[in-house]
Amino acid sequence: MKKIINRIKEKIEIVSLKQRDDLYFINVKEEHIIFLLSYLKEQEGFTHLAFLQAVDYDKYNMFQLTYMLYNYDIKVNFGIKVIIDREKSEMTSIHKLWAHAWQYQRELHELFGINFPGSPRVDESFVLEGWEEIPPMRRDFDTKEYSEKTFYQRPGRSTNDPKEYMKEKLYKNFVEPPKIRREDD
Amino acid sequence: MDKKNIKKIEKEMKLANEGLPEKERSLFSDVRPTSVTPLNKYLEKFLNWARAESLWFLGFGTGCGAIELRPLMTSRYDVFRYGIAPRPTPRQSSVFIIGGYASMKTVKRIVRSYEQMQGPKFVIALGSCTINGGMYYDSYNTINRIDHYIPVDVYIAGCMPRPESLIAGFNKLKEKIKAGECDGMNKYAENFDWYKKNQKRVIKDWNMPDFNW
Repeated sequence: MKKIINRIKEKIEIVSLKQRDDLYFINVKEEHIIFLLSYLKEQEGFTHLAFLQAVDYDKYNMFQLTYMLYNYDIKVNFGIKVIIDREKSEMTSIHKLWAHAWQYQRELHELFGINFPGSPRVDESFVLEGWEEIPPMRRDFDTKEYSEKTFYQRPGRSTNDPKEYMKEKLYKNFVEPPKIRREDD
Repeated sequence: MDKKNIKKIEKEMKLANEGLPEKERSLFSDVRPTSVTPLNKYLEKFLNWARAESLWFLGFGTGCGAIELRPLMTSRYDVFRYGIAPRPTPRQSSVFIIGGYASMKTVKRIVRSYEQMQGPKFVIALGSCTINGGMYYDSYNTINRIDHYIPVDVYIAGCMPRPESLIAGFNKLKEKIKAGECDGMNKYAENFDWYKKNQKRVIKDWNMPDFNW
């Protein structure tokens, strides 16, 4: 695996991180992603795209996409992280490398609002039929407020602080044990 | 009332089916559901006994609660001894079990299946998600109270309720049917506009007839 990362380092600049013996991550720039993915697929045997997911860092105004690849020969997971602009929120589609990637991209388009131009059926709704608000997995979407606005609440819902509640209910006559003096006190 | 007025009211009572494309509207029914008045007292009592002793529930897993339906049918809990059995289609079943949380996408299918079931029909709401939202009370995608979208006869609280409590719920439903208290179907017909208003508030791409039976 070290050899593979060194070979990539010769070609483009990356930051690599070893998490486990069978799990590595690298950070790449947005413009190198297609080159890197096709290189890994064709030359290094990472033939399986396990998933493609996004994380919203709205404080830093960016999305982080993770492409998780798997190599069946050396049995290693390889995550490739890319940071894209949150305002623009557009990414190159990879449905020509892995045909099933269109489904992940459609999901990301719906839940995060990341656009993948050219990806097939990317505009179709996936789980939210007829959604009108901002994409729900973005950090600035307030899900509780939306739930209260749209659905009917049943009155009488109450919450308790578990620690206080259990003290009140079970340990009313509980006496605190005397403190044991230690030498370092 | 003169004939003109009656015709006008009849026209207003017809369903608009606005979700469908215009040329398809004539293919679907525009009749509202009507409430059924019970028959003569003793005959109705006999019919209710017959209905209670043969409950066919719809095998439609609407949430995580559907996992409790499998052990019901197998040898350990063996629900057949109570006269309860699963059916594959809404047309042949009389009990609809809402299995836990219902997402907005599922509510559309729930409404559709419920309306396609033939009367007399009953609904069991399983799990706390159907009562007040449960642990998904603040989710953007799951509805909080199922009884605003379809009428419910019996609730079973818990997360998840075990198959024993489901059997207890079925027994409660039997008692209610025998006492003639399960009139969810009539409630649906009488408050049809209110239910439709609630349903359309959640189901935004309404592309089916207003009443699909």
